[in-house]
Amino acid sequence: MKGGAVVVTEAEAEAKAKETAMAKGIDEAVAAAEEEYYPSMFRGLWALTARELKKWLKDPVMVLMFVLQPLIWMGLLGKSMNINAMFSAKSLGNMEIPNIQIPGNLLNPPISGVVVIPGALIAHELQRVFSDIGTKVMQNTFGVVDYFSYMAVGMVSMIVMTTTMFSGMSIVWDRRLGFLDKVISTPVSRAAITLSKVLNATLRAIFQATIILAIAYLLGLQLSPSFSLINLLGIYASIFLLGVGLSSVFIAFSLRSTRMERPMQIISLITMPLMFASNTFFPVSLMPDWIQMVARINPLTYLTDAVRQLTIMPLDASALIFDLIYLGIFATILAAIGIVLSWRYLTK
Amino acid sequence: MSEEVIKADGLTKVFNKSLVAVDHITFSVKSGEIFGFLGPNGAGKTTTINMLITVLKPTEGRASVFGYDIVKQAKNVRKVIGVVPQEYTADEDLTGYENIMLCADLYGIPRETAKKRALELLDLVELTQFKDKRVETYSGGMRRRLELACGLINRPKVLFLDEPTLGLDVQTRAATWEYIMRLKKEYGMTIFMTTHYLEEADALCDRLAIIDYGKIVATGTPEELKESLKGDIITISIKESEDVSDLIRSVENVKEVRWENGSYRIKAEAGEVTAPLIIEALRKRGYTVTRLSLTEPTLNEVYLEYTGRAIRDSEESKEAFRVQRLTLRRARK
Repeated sequence: MKGGAVVVTEAEAEAKAKETAMAKGIDEAVAAAEEEYYPSMFRGLWALTARELKKWLKDPVMVLMFVLQPLIWMGLLGKSMNINAMFSAKSLGNMEIPNIQIPGNLLNPPISGVVVIPGALIAHELQRVFSDIGTKVMQNTFGVVDYFSYMAVGMVSMIVMTTTMFSGMSIVWDRRLGFLDKVISTPVSRAAITLSKVLNATLRAIFQATIILAIAYLLGLQLSPSFSLINLLGIYASIFLLGVGLSSVFIAFSLRSTRMERPMQIISLITMPLMFASNTFFPVSLMPDWIQMVARINPLTYLTDAVRQLTIMPLDASALIFDLIYLGIFATILAAIGIVLSWRYLTK
Repeated sequence: MSEEVIKADGLTKVFNKSLVAVDHITFSVKSGEIFGFLGPNGAGKTTTINMLITVLKPTEGRASVFGYDIVKQAKNVRKVIGVVPQEYTADEDLTGYENIMLCADLYGIPRETAKKRALELLDLVELTQFKDKRVETYSGGMRRRLELACGLINRPKVLFLDEPTLGLDVQTRAATWEYIMRLKKEYGMTIFMTTHYLEEADALCDRLAIIDYGKIVATGTPEELKESLKGDIITISIKESEDVSDLIRSVENVKEVRWENGSYRIKAEAGEVTAPLIIEALRKRGYTVTRLSLTEPTLNEVYLEYTGRAIRDSEESKEAFRVQRLTLRRARK
């Protein structure tokens, strides 16, 4: 029965094609006869991604809102928590050191009289040494002497995280508007539906991270001498990997949900812990063991480190490669899970 | 042309293991016809459509569209169907033209063909002059027409219309019917549609299935369904307040008497002959007839007959209600 139906279908399509040919000319007939299209995965993927990018670009306020949050953190926290100043000469500024008198007979060789060392001189020397020590402490703790540079780079991770998290929201929104159901009813590849969200979130993250870095530079980010524009490619590659990984997770979370509230709650619940249990604000090695455990599997740690290697620190190739491998594995596994879930769950 | 394009056999959908939305329905749609699902909100119409267009998987039973199984050959089904959902799914931030081209991309239609078809379809639904305007600025009727155009971009063999005129005012509704008929004439496809508007079912559908609580309670052409009532409807009011149902029932050809809103609703064969007989019988007993009307059965009567009540807005899921509200709100913009 089924086979029979198909045969009739083809015959009918041909008959229809002939009719059309009479009415509308040869071109149309060819088109009608070639009714069997094979929608390519890439075309569908790009069409869906382009739709969202167009929407996004038509709404510059949203771009601003996303950039604003890390900007506020950078401006307030980065500048107000002035750790540099703590370790600078100024910290010892109001020291009152009395003059020190040393009886001459205690010296070797002994001399007559009394040697007076002015307190002011001691204070000055202490300050100088402390400042040197401070620089060393900063250098050894943060890898750079400037805390603002350290945390401003961390903001790249923050914006990648928030941008990709909201990618899950957009799939919920599409479902509520009925757009998702319509897309599901077309022959477009299921993987393309999920991957378009992933790609869209990742491209946005890259764009916004660029803005953040540019603003940080204007606010006083100190680039390492080894920085060149080629490093940007490395930065984008690492953002891409984390973006793919994180957005896959959040899209997978949102696939079945029809309510905005749930993904919203998840986002607000995990944003802070993920940020603080990483090297975004503070080096992992100085944290208590149990936080270190979290931080060492937290992919944000690896993105932040990679971006730091490529911007403010002297480049350590082996560390950078390790970061990229970790992010790559993270992205591959989660994107695979995302695709499998989208095959299973898009059709309820 | 009597080939069966859609076949459903015991199709069932159960949500959350307890809510039976569609309950073992069996029907078939013939090639080239407009087949309508008529039923109140929440009767299972949209769920049925969603299964046929491969958005939902049936819990039980099977169905095929153009010979392709909706579960095992979902991909083939998707290629031959066009869908116009109940909601306005066109992207508000994009223009009408961009929306149609997006649909074309999803079907993988070659770019040049797609451009030509998009312009042709926009012309057909008379949106050519608005094609570069954002959909945000469209009225409800325009949005519906755009959805129609999008649903036709792949020259579907079967077009699914879910509540095609929901939320539109009477004039726009009539205009939309015209577009649907014109598109059908132009492309000669089979149409499966759902509606809870009786006039719409009557005006558009070649054949109907009345669906209630997830079950099909009657199938046939609108005329067959009306004839199946085997009789006309006579409505009579009398001055006196006594119950004269039994008296009326004793008149020849009277099938059924119901007391409804202050008058007797009588179903009778050959109404034009029976009505005078009823008046005669009532007069003989001294009752005064104050009012009489005789109507040939409408779909409303058919509906009443099969479901036991007038088409109603039943309780439905919050989500369905929300979707409908959203559609209504955008339609009226």
